Amino acid sequence: MSEMSKTILIKPIFKENPIALQILGVCSALAVTTSLQVTLVMCIALTTVTAFSNLFISMLRNNMPGSIRIIIQMTVIASLVILVDQILKAYAYEISKQLSVFVGLIITNCIVMGRAEAFAMKNPPIPSFLDGIGNGLGYSLVLIIVGTLRELFGAGTLFGITILPTVANGGWYQPNGLMLLAPSAFFIIGFFIWILRERNVEQIEKNEFPMSAHTAEKGAH
Amino acid sequence: MEHYLSLFVSAVFVENMALMLFLGMCTFLAVSKKVDTAIGLGVAVVVVQAITVPVNNLIFNYLLKDGALAWAGLSEMDLSFLGFLCYIGVIAGIVQILEMFLDKFVPALYNALGIFLPLITVNCAIMGASLFMVERSYTFPESVVYGVGAGVGWALAIVLMAGIREKLKYSDVPQGLRGLGITFITTGLMSLGFMSFSGLTL
Repeated sequence: MSEMSKTILIKPIFKENPIALQILGVCSALAVTTSLQVTLVMCIALTTVTAFSNLFISMLRNNMPGSIRIIIQMTVIASLVILVDQILKAYAYEISKQLSVFVGLIITNCIVMGRAEAFAMKNPPIPSFLDGIGNGLGYSLVLIIVGTLRELFGAGTLFGITILPTVANGGWYQPNGLMLLAPSAFFIIGFFIWILRERNVEQIEKNEFPMSAHTAEKGAH
Repeated sequence: MEHYLSLFVSAVFVENMALMLFLGMCTFLAVSKKVDTAIGLGVAVVVVQAITVPVNNLIFNYLLKDGALAWAGLSEMDLSFLGFLCYIGVIAGIVQILEMFLDKFVPALYNALGIFLPLITVNCAIMGASLFMVERSYTFPESVVYGVGAGVGWALAIVLMAGIREKLKYSDVPQGLRGLGITFITTGLMSLGFMSFSGLTL
C-alpha cells in the first residue's frame, strides 16, 4: 500500500475522528451501544455503506449535474442501506430487530453524506473507497469503546458472556443500571472527547468569552 | 380522543426524539448556540414532521405494504423493501416544495426558516419518526398526532438546550471540555431530567 493511501485510511481513525472531532453521526453512536454485539453489527453495516457509497459516488462524480447531486447521492446511499437491511433481516434477524430503525437511519447518518460530499466528489474511486473504510473504522472505534464500557459496567457482560458476576446471579458486582440508560451515553462521549482533546491540544475550541484576570492592582483607584 | 392525547404526551416527553432516542443529534449540537435560531429550527422541524409522517403513512399503507397494491389488481405485491428509498425521497421532496411554497407565499416565514429547511432533509429525527411510524403500524390519525408530537418534543429539547448554552458560554469550563464536550455532558444531564417522565401515561 502506498504512503498516501495509508494516510487516507489511518487519518480519520485517530486524528480526524468523525464522531469526536467533526460531530458527525452521533445519533446512532448513542442509541445502539447498549450491547457490544449489536454495536459491532452496526459498525460493520456503517463501514460497508460508507465505503461503497464513496466508491460509487466517486465513479459517478464526473457525470453528475451539480444541481441534483444531493438527490443522486441520497439514492445511492438509500439503495445500499436497503441491501444491508435485507441481508441483516435474512441472516441475523434477532440483531436486526434490536437495531430496529437504526439501520434505516444510516441513510441520514451525516458521516455517509458528509464523506460523499467532501471526499468522493473530488477524488478517484480507490482513494474514496479507502476514505470510506477509514471513516467507518473511526466511527467503529468510538462505538466499540462506548459499547464495551456500557455493557461491561451496565450488565457485567461482554458479548453476553459474564465478565463481572453480578449480585443478582450470586456474584459480587453491583451493576450500574444508569449505564444502560440514555444519559450515560452522552456522558461517556463527553468524557471521551475530553480525553482526546487533552492529547490533541490543537482541537481545543476557543473560548468565546475569556475571563479576564483580576485587574484590581493596576486599575484600582 | 384520550388515546391521541396520550400518544402526543408520550411522543413529546417520554420518547423525546432528541434526549431519549438520540435522534437528530448532529443538528441538535450544531444549531443550539442561540435561542432564536433554535426556535426557528424547532418550528421548521415541527412543520416538516407534521407533513412527512402522515404522507409516509399513506404511501406505506397504500403503495408499499404487503398486499397494499390490491386496488391496482396486484394483490401479491410486497414492496416494503423499497421503504427507505421512498421515505427519504418523500422527505427531500416535501422539504423542497415547502421551501418553494414559503418563498412564494409567506416570504417572512421563509426568511426566518430559509437556511434551516435544507438541513432538515438529513435530520435523523424526521426519518426516524417515519420509520417508527411504520414499525409501530400507526393508523393515519395516529400518524398525524405522532408526527406533531415528535416534532414538538424535538423543538422543546433544542430550545431548552440553546437556553442553557447561552448561559454556559460565560462559564469557565476546563480546556478540553470546552464547546463540544460540555455540550454532551449537559445533554446527558437534560436527558436524566427527561427520564423522570418515563412511565407517564394519561
